[in-house]
Amino acid sequence: MNWEVVIGLEIHTQLSTKSKLFSGAAVGFGAKPNTQTTLVDLGMPGALPVFNKEALRMAVMFGHAINAEIGMTSVFARKNYFYPDLPKGYQTSQMDHPIVGKGYLDVTLDDGTTSRVGITRAHLEEDAGKSLHEDYQGMTGIDLNRSSTPLLEIVSEPDIRSAKEAVAYVKMIHSIVTYLGICDGNMAEGSMRCDINLSLRPKGQQEYGTRTEIKNVNSFRFIEKAIYTEIERQADILEDGGRIIQETRLYDPEKNETRSMRSKEDANDYRYFPCPDLLPVVLTQEYVDDIKASLPELPSQKAARFQSDFSLSEYDASVLSSSRAMADYFETAYGVVKDAKLTANWVMGELSKLLNQDQLDVENSPVTANAFGELLVRVKDNTINGKTAKDVLQAMWQGEGSADDIIEAKGLKQVTDTGAIEAMIQSILDANAAQVEQYRASDEDKQKKMIGFFVGQVMKASKGKANPGMVNPILARMLKG
Amino acid sequence: MFKQSISTLAQQLRNKEVSSVELTRLFLDRIQQIDPQLNSFITVSDELALQQAKAADERIASGNATSLTGIPIAHKDLFCTEGTLTTCGSKMLNNFIPPYESTVTSRIQQAGGVMLGKTNLDEFAMGSSNENSYYGAVKNPWNLDKVPGGSSGGSAAAIAAGLAVAATGTDTGGSIRQPASFCGITGLKPTYGRVSRFGMIAYASSLDQGGPMAKSAEDCAHMMQAMAGFDDKDSTSSDTLNDDYLANLNAPLTGLTIGLPKEYFGDGLDANVAKTITTAVKEFEKLGATIKDISLPNLQLSIPAYYVIAPSEASSNLSRFDGVRFGHRCEDPKDLIDMYTRSRAEGFGTEVQKRIMVGTYALSEGYYDAYYLKAQKIRRLIKEDFVNALKDVDVIMGPVAPTTAFGLGSKTSDPVAMYLEDIYTLSVNLAGIPAMSVPAGFVDGMPVGLQIMGNYFAEAKLLNIAHQYQQQTDWHLQTPTLPEGAQA
Repeated sequence: MNWEVVIGLEIHTQLSTKSKLFSGAAVGFGAKPNTQTTLVDLGMPGALPVFNKEALRMAVMFGHAINAEIGMTSVFARKNYFYPDLPKGYQTSQMDHPIVGKGYLDVTLDDGTTSRVGITRAHLEEDAGKSLHEDYQGMTGIDLNRSSTPLLEIVSEPDIRSAKEAVAYVKMIHSIVTYLGICDGNMAEGSMRCDINLSLRPKGQQEYGTRTEIKNVNSFRFIEKAIYTEIERQADILEDGGRIIQETRLYDPEKNETRSMRSKEDANDYRYFPCPDLLPVVLTQEYVDDIKASLPELPSQKAARFQSDFSLSEYDASVLSSSRAMADYFETAYGVVKDAKLTANWVMGELSKLLNQDQLDVENSPVTANAFGELLVRVKDNTINGKTAKDVLQAMWQGEGSADDIIEAKGLKQVTDTGAIEAMIQSILDANAAQVEQYRASDEDKQKKMIGFFVGQVMKASKGKANPGMVNPILARMLKG
Repeated sequence: MFKQSISTLAQQLRNKEVSSVELTRLFLDRIQQIDPQLNSFITVSDELALQQAKAADERIASGNATSLTGIPIAHKDLFCTEGTLTTCGSKMLNNFIPPYESTVTSRIQQAGGVMLGKTNLDEFAMGSSNENSYYGAVKNPWNLDKVPGGSSGGSAAAIAAGLAVAATGTDTGGSIRQPASFCGITGLKPTYGRVSRFGMIAYASSLDQGGPMAKSAEDCAHMMQAMAGFDDKDSTSSDTLNDDYLANLNAPLTGLTIGLPKEYFGDGLDANVAKTITTAVKEFEKLGATIKDISLPNLQLSIPAYYVIAPSEASSNLSRFDGVRFGHRCEDPKDLIDMYTRSRAEGFGTEVQKRIMVGTYALSEGYYDAYYLKAQKIRRLIKEDFVNALKDVDVIMGPVAPTTAFGLGSKTSDPVAMYLEDIYTLSVNLAGIPAMSVPAGFVDGMPVGLQIMGNYFAEAKLLNIAHQYQQQTDWHLQTPTLPEGAQA
């Protein structure tokens, strides 16, 4: 059977506010358990929530970035359920009146095609704490540091049709929230987690099949793999004439399989109702407009600008604008060398290679964008050639100094003096008289093939410092005799 | 000494006729002597009270005292008090010592008030008779066989018996006004949002409101000066400017229009209570007020609306009492569900469990629209009734409760009869307006309270009206004869 996969994603994005959604406690990863809590996060009797306006601003920024309707009146609701790390016995979230309404994103896939993914809504909610099962034999430790951390839950329409599209969409959301500076994007620390709703239907069928929900997948790679395994699992069941059970599943990256967590029958009745401790959040048009006006450039806008201002290809522009840090690095380096193509090639080539090799993010590059730009200036003005530049970059990477310092210290400056190059060539020709004879006797095609030998000899003699752009014409002239 | 007003005591303290330490000792001794009969206190904080009294004396000596400095005050045991057991009348919080102070008690403390202890209440403020307390029922000082009303029954009984000069209470559906009425004292439920709820253990968040209980309107005004006002820790607290509650107490009532809703004088109202209220209203005519008949047509709907909204919110508010972090936890739980169910079944009393069940049901999928949403619609109608009525009249008057204090145990087996007790008070909470209970006479030796309801943030006006009435009458000065000859 030819199946069509239908995917909708819920992405929980942790907003990078300084304090929590409803308390003044600091937000941070890795602190000692229960040290970043207040009465509110501990769910103490009589404690009351106070809404963090910074989270509101961030949510509205996101709404603008996905072309969404902003909820001019949004209402916090309580989602009631019992769990030890949910101190109040309810999670404060938004239900009927979210802060961000319908919006969309146009997602570009690797093959260059674009598809539109609808976004149903995005709402603010508080995170729960953590239950710690290790280190407590036969018991469970409760860490409420994460309790009341602000989340923006971004819910897509079931518009996604493949694992690749899902990943491209999540990457795009990731890139938008990091561009906006509203999320640190650190997936390993749980700053972005994804719930995948997935169903299959025979190609051409209108109605959706029964879906499953895979909870809390926290890397791009796992999202892709979880989708592949779940598609396979569902297709196997359906092709054997079975039925999909609507349930919540968990992806196990070690075994690369999804496992049932709980079925729909076990699902909680969350008894949502408007939180009486918080007033409805009413926005003015002015507030919403001000945020829109002060929105930073978004990835798609940046990519378009890179194409038009720098004449970069669509591919180069999209790679360089994929993360704000990468784009900033590129633009800073470009500002030094003023050659977009050269900068793009080197950022996407050598720099990316070194970053990958050391598993570093561009933010943590040991070579700053300015220093990198200065290196490229020396390539552009022919002080060094490309091959030497790679060696210099390597040295810079090891912290040996600036490009100019290293060029100076290692004597790598390219020889651009015509006289010196002529002298060098002459000595090569003298030392290889037989080859020169042979060259002169050959036809043009043969000569073209032979010239490489002489260039190689010259470069070798100059220890790579002879400017290849100069060596070639001079050598050609002198070989003619 | 136990009959004196805050103003008089403050004057005596300032004149060094008495020290706060002496005054506090007198009250502590009296509590020790009399309260075993009444059970109005759950905790008496002797040591802390004397410490605070000593500090108050120093403050008075240094000349920067407020009218509450050095005055012995009791707090309903629903306000969290740092370092002092706060039970909310429940076994669930039998061991709960808050590491923080509620805004209300903290403000009274900052004004120099001396905390005598924590008063008894219906568990989690759920009740109209103070019989739902894990710490036992409170007795009405006017007749020990009768209830003091609830849920702030301990505060009302303590003031009536002269065990505290003033007290804090909270009112979700009448919990300040009804016990004030039953015990013959003065109580004010402020506009929702006027007094911070921070540190008040929540029953129904959209209805709960703290307020003062005292012997007179003037004393309530002194309490409001300290208690009221915006608090950035409570998002529902109002940032409307606080009035000076003392400034206009003596304003004349000429030109005042009083509305008498016919629904407050219909079936179910005790004839003698009705007569008492009518007499009281006549007193206002003498003071220059005009009486107008009005209607609040949706009054009857306030009981079903309240008993959906309040339990719904309570079911969620009380979820935090799960045995995980504080409060009662059952012995040897065999798993998580066992810990939850047994801790809660053991920790909560019957009425609390009943309301949690009702609220859980009302919010459940499939029932939410029929119950919760419908109740919210009724709530809007009730609010509109008041808003419309208060366009034509300045205040609305009526009885606080259909009867005087009833016998202990007489309604415990009939929850509906108990709920009907609140018919005249619930709608005020649903609308969020302020209202008072003012002593207006006696029926068969039991006090009757007159209810005065006003527009949003009209507390100063209500206090002025009540004060003027109390200048003409002495109902509020009557005190019960206590057993063993301990005359108040």
